Amino acid sequence: MSNVRQLRFREALREAMIEEMDRDERVFLLGEEVGHYQGAYKVSEGMLDRFGARRVVDTPIAEGGFAGIGIGAAMMGLRPIIEFMTWNFSAVAFDQILNNASKVRQMSGGQFNCPIVFRGPNGSAKQVGSQHSTSMEHFYATIPGLKVIAPAFPVDAKGLLKAAIRDDNPVILLESETLYSVKGDVPDNLEPIEFGRAQIVRPGSALTIIAYSRMTHVALEAADQLATEGIDVEVIDLRTLRPLDEETIVRSVQKTHRCVVVHEGWSYGGVGAEIADRVQRLAFDWLEAPILRVAQLDVGMPYNATLEQACIPQPGRVCDTVKRLVFRET
Amino acid sequence: MTKESSPPAPPSPKASPVDVEHLAHLYRQMFLIRRVEEESARAYATGKIGGFLHLYIGQEAVGVGAIAALRPDDSVVTTYRDHGIALAKGMSARSLLAELWGKKTGCSQGLGGSMHLFDKEHNMLGGYGIVGGHIPLACGVAFAAKYQGQDRVTLCFFGEGAVSIGGFHEGLSLAALWKLPIVFICENNEYAMGTPLSRTLSVEDVSLKADAYGMARDRFVADDVLEVQARVGAAVERARKEQAPTLVEMRTYRFRGHSMSDPAKYRTQTELDEHKQRDPMTRARERLLTLEYKEGRISALERSVEEEVADAVKFADESPEPDTSVLAPTTYDGAFAY
Ligand SMILES: Cc1ncc(C[n+]2csc(CCOP(=O)(O)OP(=O)(O)O)c2C)c(N)n1
Repeated sequence: MSNVRQLRFREALREAMIEEMDRDERVFLLGEEVGHYQGAYKVSEGMLDRFGARRVVDTPIAEGGFAGIGIGAAMMGLRPIIEFMTWNFSAVAFDQILNNASKVRQMSGGQFNCPIVFRGPNGSAKQVGSQHSTSMEHFYATIPGLKVIAPAFPVDAKGLLKAAIRDDNPVILLESETLYSVKGDVPDNLEPIEFGRAQIVRPGSALTIIAYSRMTHVALEAADQLATEGIDVEVIDLRTLRPLDEETIVRSVQKTHRCVVVHEGWSYGGVGAEIADRVQRLAFDWLEAPILRVAQLDVGMPYNATLEQACIPQPGRVCDTVKRLVFRET
Repeated sequence: MTKESSPPAPPSPKASPVDVEHLAHLYRQMFLIRRVEEESARAYATGKIGGFLHLYIGQEAVGVGAIAALRPDDSVVTTYRDHGIALAKGMSARSLLAELWGKKTGCSQGLGGSMHLFDKEHNMLGGYGIVGGHIPLACGVAFAAKYQGQDRVTLCFFGEGAVSIGGFHEGLSLAALWKLPIVFICENNEYAMGTPLSRTLSVEDVSLKADAYGMARDRFVADDVLEVQARVGAAVERARKEQAPTLVEMRTYRFRGHSMSDPAKYRTQTELDEHKQRDPMTRARERLLTLEYKEGRISALERSVEEEVADAVKFADESPEPDTSVLAPTTYDGAFAY
């Protein structure tokens, strides 16, 4: 039996990077303020001291430049971890990720791989305004060639990041500023966690809520509230957005007959739309209600605290949506 | 500061007699910015302001001096460190603080917040949060003036951290190629967050970048607000009369951390103290005294700023919050595109 420790989300990520850098000399970390400053959100604290400036590389503000450097280095067999201070800034590097990282394998007829991890905090934080609150996973999940992961708990953050570093494809890891201090059990000697496997984090029978990253916690809070009203919902934490665990989703909906997807970011063409498509295709005969999504309101993120909270999915909005389906008049 | 380059010096501001009333006016603006920023820091600590807050304390002479060289119909574009620039361009302290408080009466109805200050009436075209992203946009503002045959000039402010990113180079390249009436102002405060200049740029002299684009340049320490005005003024004239861009690098220093969450452990107290010794705002005050602008008049001016700030705080405190009805009409003009 291995021991279990309580780790914060950021510590779990750090451990994954340290362990993988210890076991594989080709792995290095590159990004803004990852070294001397110890990480903008202290994820890489202590890593410069441990590994030196060759493997923990502070970059100037040049996302397109250092994303591209990572991609070229990956094509030559290195295994870079690129930290974006936040995923908002990856927009400046979008061309590198879309046109180089995701396509180089196919363009080269399979000759070149791009084993690289891009990671950093995604989505809203707290009142950081329109340009710092975008949920970028919807843009990245649509791109073939990429894998996209979005853990909600420290153990998954560690296990999935380890798997991402060992993966031979480009991997997008979405974290959240609001999750970094969240604690959870992490067993010692944790092995990499396989991509494409969702987890039922709360079993239930009345309806399936599908969520990922921070919204898993919102869904669980909503489930608790609903339970006090006698509504027993199941909550699925996707953990991976691409590949997507269709099987777990479909099996759950076949049991509950109803489905709500909760995510940050906009609904138009987003991850929730993809899930709704798969559920209606694969579980049509089991559905007793339309699939609904709880997403960011269809506007940019306002600065005002009250309006911001109104835009971000909250347990209350999830509960209301669930009730609309559970008490639906047919 | 190294002397790698010495661009042709513009006419010395000391050559002409100093207009004391004008200097007093600039001092008042700097003092207003300082006091507004101090109130903002306090309001942040008590939770009235949320999110990121980047203060301009220490850099006041740059924004105040540069904007003093403009006409009211000239435009300004800057970064998230935008409070001082907005005030210098004419935004009221009420409008600014109400925005930071997230109130309906703020310049952007509480939707933009600290990093995104806009004031169309005063041709303040915004603070932007993505480093370098606003530089091509500012060139577009200048492009519009030229296109419309108007002699309006655009000032574009950014930190030395932006010099590494593509937007900076694309913006300068196009501005030089198309001879746009714009002045690029690099506020070189020596640190991009926790990263010192030496780890940001291979060549410390930012102004040299102008040479490669065939653009005029200038470079100096922004200690004296009148010198800032005179030297930026020369660049503004070049933009207005010759439709030619200039890159101006000013050495300055921020007295606070990058934002409120930054303890600024990457620099020493001694370094900070040295810079505070040469605080351009204090210098302007001392200059006023040597020019026989009496202590009593300066204190009166400072009192009027205190009143203005207290009034703005009260206004922000008492203003209502926006409600969700503002969201759709500020997303689209006209029908919402679902
Ligand atoms: C493209 C992009 N990358 C990273 C950031 C995060 N960030 C915000 S300000 C900043 C430092 C900028 O320093 P500088 O340009 O020197 O301006 P200063 O803050 O000193 O005024 C960083 C890294 C960002 N906003 N945009």
